[in-house]
Amino acid sequence: MGSDATAIFDAEAAQTMMKELRAVYGSGATKSYDWRVSQLSQLLKLIEYHEDDIAAALRSDLSKPDIESYVYEIGVLKSSIKLALKELRKWMSPEKVKTSLISFPSSAKIVPEPLGIVLIISAWNYPFLLSLDPLVGAIAAGNAAVLKPSEISPVSSALIAKLVREYMDSSTIRVVEGAVAETSVLLEQKWDKICYTGNAVVGRIVMAAAAKHLTPVLLELGGKCPAVVDLNINLQVACRRIIMGKWGSNNGQTCVSPDYIITTKANAPKLIDALKTELEKFYGKNMLESNDLSRIVNSNHFARLIKLLDEDKVSGKVVYGGKRDESILKIMPTILLDVPRNSLIMKEEIFGPLLPILTVDRLEDSFNIINSGTKPLAAYLFTNDKRFREHFVTEVSAGGLVVNDTTIHLGVLTLPFGGVGDSGMGSYHGKFSFDAFSHKKAVLYRGFVADADIRYPPYTRKKLRLLQALLGGSFLTIILALFGRN
Amino acid sequence: MEEGSGDLGRELEEMREYYVTGTTRQESWRRAQLKGLLRFVKENEDPIMDALGRDLGKHPAEAYRDEIGSSIKSLNYALDHLKAWMSSKKAKLPKIAILTKAEIISEPLGLVLVISSWNFPFGLSLEPLIGALSAGNAVVLKPSEISPICSSLLATRLINYVDAKAVKIVQGGPTIGEQLLRYRWDKIFFTGNAQIGRLVMAAASRELTPVTLELGGKCPAVFDRISSSFERKVAVQRVLGAKFSACAGQACIGIDYILTEKSLGATLVDTMKSMMEKLFGKNPKESRSIARIVNRNHFLRLKNLLDDPVVKATIVHGGSMDEHNLFIEPTILMNPPLESAIMTDEIFGPILPIITLQNIEDSINFINARPKPLAIYIFSKNSSLKRRMVKETSSGSVIFNDALIQYLVDTLPFGGVGESGIGQYHGKFSFDAFSHPKAVARRSFLVDLWFRFPPWNDHKLQLFRSAYEYDYLGIVLTVLGLNKPRGASSKV
Repeated sequence: MGSDATAIFDAEAAQTMMKELRAVYGSGATKSYDWRVSQLSQLLKLIEYHEDDIAAALRSDLSKPDIESYVYEIGVLKSSIKLALKELRKWMSPEKVKTSLISFPSSAKIVPEPLGIVLIISAWNYPFLLSLDPLVGAIAAGNAAVLKPSEISPVSSALIAKLVREYMDSSTIRVVEGAVAETSVLLEQKWDKICYTGNAVVGRIVMAAAAKHLTPVLLELGGKCPAVVDLNINLQVACRRIIMGKWGSNNGQTCVSPDYIITTKANAPKLIDALKTELEKFYGKNMLESNDLSRIVNSNHFARLIKLLDEDKVSGKVVYGGKRDESILKIMPTILLDVPRNSLIMKEEIFGPLLPILTVDRLEDSFNIINSGTKPLAAYLFTNDKRFREHFVTEVSAGGLVVNDTTIHLGVLTLPFGGVGDSGMGSYHGKFSFDAFSHKKAVLYRGFVADADIRYPPYTRKKLRLLQALLGGSFLTIILALFGRN
Repeated sequence: MEEGSGDLGRELEEMREYYVTGTTRQESWRRAQLKGLLRFVKENEDPIMDALGRDLGKHPAEAYRDEIGSSIKSLNYALDHLKAWMSSKKAKLPKIAILTKAEIISEPLGLVLVISSWNFPFGLSLEPLIGALSAGNAVVLKPSEISPICSSLLATRLINYVDAKAVKIVQGGPTIGEQLLRYRWDKIFFTGNAQIGRLVMAAASRELTPVTLELGGKCPAVFDRISSSFERKVAVQRVLGAKFSACAGQACIGIDYILTEKSLGATLVDTMKSMMEKLFGKNPKESRSIARIVNRNHFLRLKNLLDDPVVKATIVHGGSMDEHNLFIEPTILMNPPLESAIMTDEIFGPILPIITLQNIEDSINFINARPKPLAIYIFSKNSSLKRRMVKETSSGSVIFNDALIQYLVDTLPFGGVGESGIGQYHGKFSFDAFSHPKAVARRSFLVDLWFRFPPWNDHKLQLFRSAYEYDYLGIVLTVLGLNKPRGASSKV
C-alpha cells in the first residue's frame, strides 16, 4: 500500500521510500513488456472510470469548464496512453545500425533501457495532464516513478494520490503530496531523471539540485509566447483561434497561451473589433458570469494579475474589458493596446486573461521584439504571406511554432513538445516521452576473426601508414598500404 | 585571447552579435568550418604528433589511431551527412488534423562552450567542435591546461582554419574555467571527471543552460571462458591493448579492471604475461609504445594506489615506477581488496586489477552494485551470458569481444548514464547535441471544426470525445444528430 496520507513526508520517509523503490526496480519488475502494458492499461482505466471525478476536481480547483477538462486533460491523456499501448513493442525494440570498415566485422544496435527511478513534479493548471502524461512516458520506458502534483490545485492532487494508490502498482509508482517542504525533501534524493513542469525560478532550483547527483532533467517551463498578426488574413478565423488559445485554455493560465500580440498600427483597430465580436459570441455580454471561462486559480495570482493591470502606465491602455470580481476570483477577458515595453505586464509571463497588443510600423519589426526577450515555449504567426511566413519560421526561435493557429501542436503526438533557452530543456509527447525516460545504450558485437595487428604495439612506421590509410584514406589507399606501396 | 574578465565579456558579446547576423546558420558556412578543421588536422599531423609526444609521450601511431585519424574520419562523415542532418523532418499527422503540415526543424542553440580534457586533447576538442559547428553555432573551446603544448597548438594554429569571429579558443586552468562558467551559454559540453561535472551542471543551472557531460567511471571487462587458445590470445591482446596502449590507461573508456572466474585466473595471467612481452618487449620502459603519466600529480596519485601494502602484495606483474620520467610499468594485480582505493576510485592509469568470482554470472551483480560505467566490455562466446549482460546491466555502452573501438563507430551514440554522464555524441548525435528540434505546425484558414468553440454544450462534448478517439463515424453520426450525446454529470 502507499504511504498514509496524513503522515509527514520528511527526509527519513523519503529515504525509506527510495530504498523500497530501488529494491523493487532492481529486481527487474518494471522492465518487462507485460508490466508496462498492465500499468498503462490500469492508467487508462483510472481515467476512463473517473472522468466525472476528474472534471469535478478541476471545477473545484480551477472552475474549469467541463469541455476543457475533457479536451485538454482527459482526451489528450487517453490518446497518449492508447498511442503508447499501440507502439510500445516498436519503441522497446532495439534499433540496428550500420557499421563500417573501421570495425569490420561487427554488428551494432541501440538498445533503449529505463533510467531507473524518476521524479515527476507537475504544475497546477493542468494537474492531471502534467502529472500523468509524463508518467505514461516513464512507465512505457520501464521506470519506477514518484509523482509530486501541485498543492495549488489541492482537490486534483488528492484525487491523483487516491486513484494512483487504487489503480497502479504501488511498489513502483507513488504519489507524494505537499508543498515546498516536501518538494525540497524529494529534490535531495538521488533520482535517475527529474521531469519538472512549472516556472523558470523553480526550474533553476530543480536543475541545481539535480546537478548534485548528476541527474538529467526535463524542464518544461514557460515564457511570453507572442502571436504576430498580419493583414489580409481571415481575421474572424484568426481571432477565434487566438481566443481559444488564450481564454479558452484555462483563461490564459497555460504555458503555451498567446501571451501578447504584435500587429501593425493600421491593423490594430480591425483586430480589436474582431476580437471583441468573437469574444462576445463565445462568452456572452456578462463574461464574469460565464461558466465557459476558468477562474483565476487563487487570490495570490489574482492579486498578481491586478497589479499588472492597474500599473499606472498600463491602466489607461485597456481597450476592452478590465472588469474583475475578487469574490469569485474572476477577471474578464481584457485587451490592452500599446502598453509601454518596460511595463510589468510586458516583462513577466502574464498567465492570465490579459492580452496586450503591441503595434509596429512594419511587421518585420516584430522579430526584433520577440528576439530581444528570452526564447518562449511557443510563437504564433497569422499570415497568408508565404515569404514572411518562411522568414518567421527560420528567424524566430521558440520551443515550437504554429502558423495560423495557436496551441494545437500539443495535440500532434509526432511533434516534440518542449522549450529552448529559458522556456526549458528536453521534450516529450508520443515517442519523445519514451525517449525522455530512456537511456539509448550502444551495443557493439565483434568476433575474434580478422584482427589487424596495426592496432597494437609495438608501434612502427609501417603500422602508422596503414592506420593513415584505414582511417583517413580511400579503399584504394588501404589496398596499396597493405601491399606496402605507400 | 586575453584573460582579463572585461575583455572576455566583450568578446563573447561580439560573438553573440555575429551569431545573430545568421552567418553561422548557412550550410556553406558550416561546410567551410568543417573543411577548415579537416585541413587543420591534415596540414598539422606532424606538429600534432609532436605535441602529443611532448605532453603525453604518445607514439605517432597511437596519436594517429586515437586522435588524428579518428578526427579525419569524423570530419569526413560530418561533411557527407551535413545536408541530411540540416534538413527538416516531416512529422506524421493523424487523419483528423486535415490541412495541417507538421515538421521538426533543427536550429542551432547559439553560443556554446566546449571544455575538453587532457588525455585526448585533439580528439576530445575536435569531436564536440564538429557537432557545434555542423549545427551552426558559435563556439568557445577551452582545452585542458594539463596538456599545455597541445592546448597552445590548438589556440595558435586551429584558429587560422576557421571563422575567428565565431570560434574562439581560450587557454587556461581552473580560474579561466570558473570565469567562463559565469557567463550565459546556450549549451555547455564538458568532458572530464564527475566532480567537476557536478560543478559545471550547477553553474549551468543558473542560466538554465542544457549540458552534455562526458564523464568517466570504472569500466569493467568481463573475461569468460574461451576454449580456443587462438581466440583467447586475440581477446587478451585486445584487453591489454585497450588497457595499456591508449594513453597508458588514462582513458575514460579504458578497461579499469577485469572480472573473471576463479578457475580461469591463473591461465589468464599467464596469457597476459606472454602477450605483454609481445606488445611491449622485455623492457617496457624502453618501448616507445606506452604513453607517460601526464604529470606528477597523477603519478603520485597512482603511486599511492599501489603503495597500499595490501594492494602491493597482490602485484603479479610489473609494479616498477620511474618518477623522473613519469613512467609506470604495465602492472597486473590479482584480487586486491574491494574496499581499497584502487577498487573504489577510477584508476586512470596502467594498473590492471583482476577480480575473480565463483561464477562468471556473478559479474552482473558485481557491476550492478557499483555506479553505472561509461562502458562494459565482455569477452565471451556464451550467447545467454551476452543476452543477460545487455538486459540486466546498465552502462553508456556494451561491447562484446573488443574494447575502445566503439569510439570510432559514427552510427553509435557515445555517452554515459548515471554517474558516467548525461547526453551523447558522435555522428548525428553530435549534431543533435548542439541543436534545438523546433516543432513547426502549419494550418490554413479554411475548415475549423465548428464544435471547437464555445458556448459549450453536451453535443460539442460528444464530438470532442469522437474526435479524440479518431472515431470518424461517431463524428458524422453526432453531427447528423443520430448519436445521443453522453451527458456530463453537471450541466454548464
